[in-house]
Amino acid sequence: MAKEYITTRNIAGPLIIVDSVEKATYGEIVEIKAADGSIKRGQVLEIDRDRALIQVFEGTSGLNLGETKVKFLGRGVQVGLAPSILGRIFDGSGSPIDDGPAIIPEKMADINGVPMNPYARNYPSEFIQTGVSAIDGLNTLVRGQKLPIFSGSGLPHAKLAAQIARQAKVKGEGEKFAVVFVAMGITFEEANYFINDFKETGALERSVMFINLGDDPVIERIATPRFGLTVAEYLAFDLGMHVLVIMTDMTNYCEALREISAARKEVPGRRGYPGYMYTDLASMYERAGRIKGKEGSITQIPILTMPEDDKTHPIPDLTGYITEGQIFLSRTLHQQAIYPPIDVLPSLSRLKDKGIGKGKTREDHSDVLNQLFAAYARGRESRELATVLGESALTKTDLIFVKFADRFEQEFVKQDEYEDRSIEETLDIGWKLLSMIPVEELKRIRPAFIEKYLKRYLKEEDKDAAQR
Amino acid sequence: MKENIGKVVKVSGPLVVAEDIPNAKMYEMVYVSDRKLFGEIIEIKGNNASIQVYEDTSGVGPGDPVYSTGMPLSVELGPGLIGSIYDGVQRPLDVLKEKYGDFIVRGSYEPALNRKKKWHFVPLVREGSDVVSGDPVGYVQETIAIKHYILIPIGLEGKIDFIADEGDYTVEDVIAKVKTGEGEKEVKMYQKWPVRIGRPYAKRLPPNEPLITGQRVIDAFFPIAKGGTACVPGPFGSGKTVIQHQLSKWSDADIIIFIGCGERGNEMTDVLMEFPELTDPRTDRPLMERTILIANTSNMPVAAREASVFTGITMGEYFRDMGYTVALMADSTSRWAEAMREMSGRLEEMPGEEGYPAYLASRISSFYERAGRVIVLGNEKKESALSVIGAVSPPGGDLSDPVVQATLRTVRVFWSLDAQLAYARHFPSIHWLRSYSLYADSLKDFYTSRLGKEWAEMRKEFMKILRREAELQEMVRLVGIDALSPSDRLIMEVARSIREDFLQQNAFMEEDTYTSLEKQKRMMRLIHLFYVYAQDALKKGVNLDKIVDLPVRVDISRSKLIPEDNLEKFDEIEKKLKESFEALISEVQNG
Repeated sequence: MAKEYITTRNIAGPLIIVDSVEKATYGEIVEIKAADGSIKRGQVLEIDRDRALIQVFEGTSGLNLGETKVKFLGRGVQVGLAPSILGRIFDGSGSPIDDGPAIIPEKMADINGVPMNPYARNYPSEFIQTGVSAIDGLNTLVRGQKLPIFSGSGLPHAKLAAQIARQAKVKGEGEKFAVVFVAMGITFEEANYFINDFKETGALERSVMFINLGDDPVIERIATPRFGLTVAEYLAFDLGMHVLVIMTDMTNYCEALREISAARKEVPGRRGYPGYMYTDLASMYERAGRIKGKEGSITQIPILTMPEDDKTHPIPDLTGYITEGQIFLSRTLHQQAIYPPIDVLPSLSRLKDKGIGKGKTREDHSDVLNQLFAAYARGRESRELATVLGESALTKTDLIFVKFADRFEQEFVKQDEYEDRSIEETLDIGWKLLSMIPVEELKRIRPAFIEKYLKRYLKEEDKDAAQR
Repeated sequence: MKENIGKVVKVSGPLVVAEDIPNAKMYEMVYVSDRKLFGEIIEIKGNNASIQVYEDTSGVGPGDPVYSTGMPLSVELGPGLIGSIYDGVQRPLDVLKEKYGDFIVRGSYEPALNRKKKWHFVPLVREGSDVVSGDPVGYVQETIAIKHYILIPIGLEGKIDFIADEGDYTVEDVIAKVKTGEGEKEVKMYQKWPVRIGRPYAKRLPPNEPLITGQRVIDAFFPIAKGGTACVPGPFGSGKTVIQHQLSKWSDADIIIFIGCGERGNEMTDVLMEFPELTDPRTDRPLMERTILIANTSNMPVAAREASVFTGITMGEYFRDMGYTVALMADSTSRWAEAMREMSGRLEEMPGEEGYPAYLASRISSFYERAGRVIVLGNEKKESALSVIGAVSPPGGDLSDPVVQATLRTVRVFWSLDAQLAYARHFPSIHWLRSYSLYADSLKDFYTSRLGKEWAEMRKEFMKILRREAELQEMVRLVGIDALSPSDRLIMEVARSIREDFLQQNAFMEEDTYTSLEKQKRMMRLIHLFYVYAQDALKKGVNLDKIVDLPVRVDISRSKLIPEDNLEKFDEIEKKLKESFEALISEVQNG
């Protein structure tokens, strides 16, 4: 029987300090019994001789100095794992909330995980078709990648994430596919949207959900994504499944981190966020990937809302430095009723080059992608010029690029929430749009591909013109 | 062994405080708890020593033992380094995977150099020869391209008493004995060197030769010298890592050291899987045969990240001491600085700017100053160079960041990456107006003797055109393109051609990823000729639109795809260019 300490000396925010502790260790889990008998859990953040600093996951309300009993459990936070975990819904600290039975674990795992040996990693190169042109065509997602959605409040990131979860597939393969959904501090309605969407499309039975809502304890949010990722590692590397992890909303997570840091009176970094936030975020994002010689993979789509749509805010900034690209949602496009409102210019997938091309998508993919980017960038630039000076200030060619940019947004980026485009369809739309542009301006495309793919659209366009 | 043991009193993340460590020294290596977690003493206060631990400290608590070693944090230097992948404290990641599995288990340890592998040693000295520190006593042909010289360790000097015959030996075997003033000393094939101390050399020289990278914007506009320093700051997504990869692939250095410091795991995997497949254009051997990788990804322990750049540069200096040209890439020094900040915060030091420690700038400059062109120790007086290229990741791309500012004060080349260029997929997104190279002048002689006077002149002319374009663009934004004179519009066109047809380079396209200096010059000459002819044609009354629409411009824009072994193709295009303009002019003159 472990000792119970009644020597709690300080309570501040989510933290308590316990004195006269024997043999506690860093990172250990504690059980805290409040005066009313309710039990909370916490973790040792710092231990200085016989004094332990503990962060309490469920918050410190109801704790007092004399009657609080603290028990050290001698281990880190663990989660029980078994194949029956699929199809289940848990709260933010891993207890079932779907009225189902408790999981009978085949294996226990520490939620912090251990870093993957870079030498053991396999480079992500399998194209995932999401059915969304702006992603597949220009910011291609591959298995084992971490590709966040940078959104803002009021933008349809949840819709897009659900669409990706619904449609994501690898070309021509029988699937062992699973979704791990991690909610951190989101509203009941948003969580409910995902649960219902998963239920309706039958995705729930191959999903595991961890839900920490806005009114759940803030500190619990630190652990929630780690529960999800530990389950994902189990599904991917023990059971050989391809796991898509959706984490929303990382902004709430970072705020929880800041809250603890402030309570510990640490030297703050930018905007009050702790200096170690980069390392902390990396310890989660880097759990995506593939391992040589193993079947499964973990692909992450974290969602974060940029405060004031500012991408230099520490949360999107540090995330962008760790993840392999980002999908930007644009308020301007959203206001023009373009769904998905993906702004392709600042969006990026760093791993696309290994996932596209002959045998993966299509031989012309890389050239089309570069040309579409360049042409759209030029069109946008000219369009801005035209709003200042009027269209008459533009050259003939620039006018064509402006028209191209408009049609690109309307035909390539815009699609229906339930429209599942194949990569061939996506590339063909791309060629159709590129046929508007004079051939000598198509500098990014190898002549052989122009010969092979562009010709038929040129004719179609000519026919269209003739009919008009 | 009892007397070598101290006791943990405090644990806060990677920082452990221990008391009663006998004879504790600054930067001494220690092992914490019975798991033997690896750490380094970074502060001593009375009886208490603060230790930064290179592994996760969960489960460590007061009362746990701390074992001292008496040794500073050191790396092993000897045959077996090339082609290896290490973590920040030189643990061999490939061996760890074999032995411990796909994840890095705490307390796992393996020596950096294989103790069992036999290397074929060829002696270079005879018994009775006089040797000094840095002299090679023999070599091991480590890869086809690299002779790994076995050097007399620093501080040793005397007469060779024994030298092993040619044959196969392990790194532990004694291959020479040196009779010194203090008795006979054994020399093995490997030696140790503390990472925080630079290895000595005979003399430092100013750089005079460029590190040729095959990247047009770098070689032509902002060259780095062999033995020079450069930094690449830019916001995320602006292509820092691709530039670092390109430089490690194509630089004409003998040895490449790539430090992945707090960056993405998948990027290291990319290097690991790609380099063995790629061949070095100079030796036709796999690139991995000249590369050493250090991978301390962002999720690996933060303290080891702090050590990783020193581990890397010490290995670089070792190969420099053999007479090789070494290029070291560190991606990213911001993560290194952040590791310093984190440790400093936990030590409760008074913070400087943005929470970084006050010694940030001095640490950064002491790192970059270990680069240089030198005459190495030893009787042969070989010349060699170590170049350092550091990526910096400023928050939000803001160049006022303390790490960027401290770096700029010490490096000589600045490649400024621009987010707007990256959005338009102009890669490498090195901004031509904001970047600079302070080596441009000292390298001028090299370029002139190799490529003629023309090179420097075209470079100057191109920079002028690009600068003028920026001014003209301001004007266009106010009054529209029609308000420009034909000669100004020509400048805009030529500038666009310089940007798109010369500066832009596709790292993922086989024909375009590397461009020799010769081809760079031919490409520049095409654009330059076009400009000269066009100015002349304008003067003779040719309409600008006709010049702009010339079909030969497509040939110019596709000239980057001309293979290196077919440079005669440029003669054809030059001829076509000349004829096209002659046709335009005669059209005007004949009414």
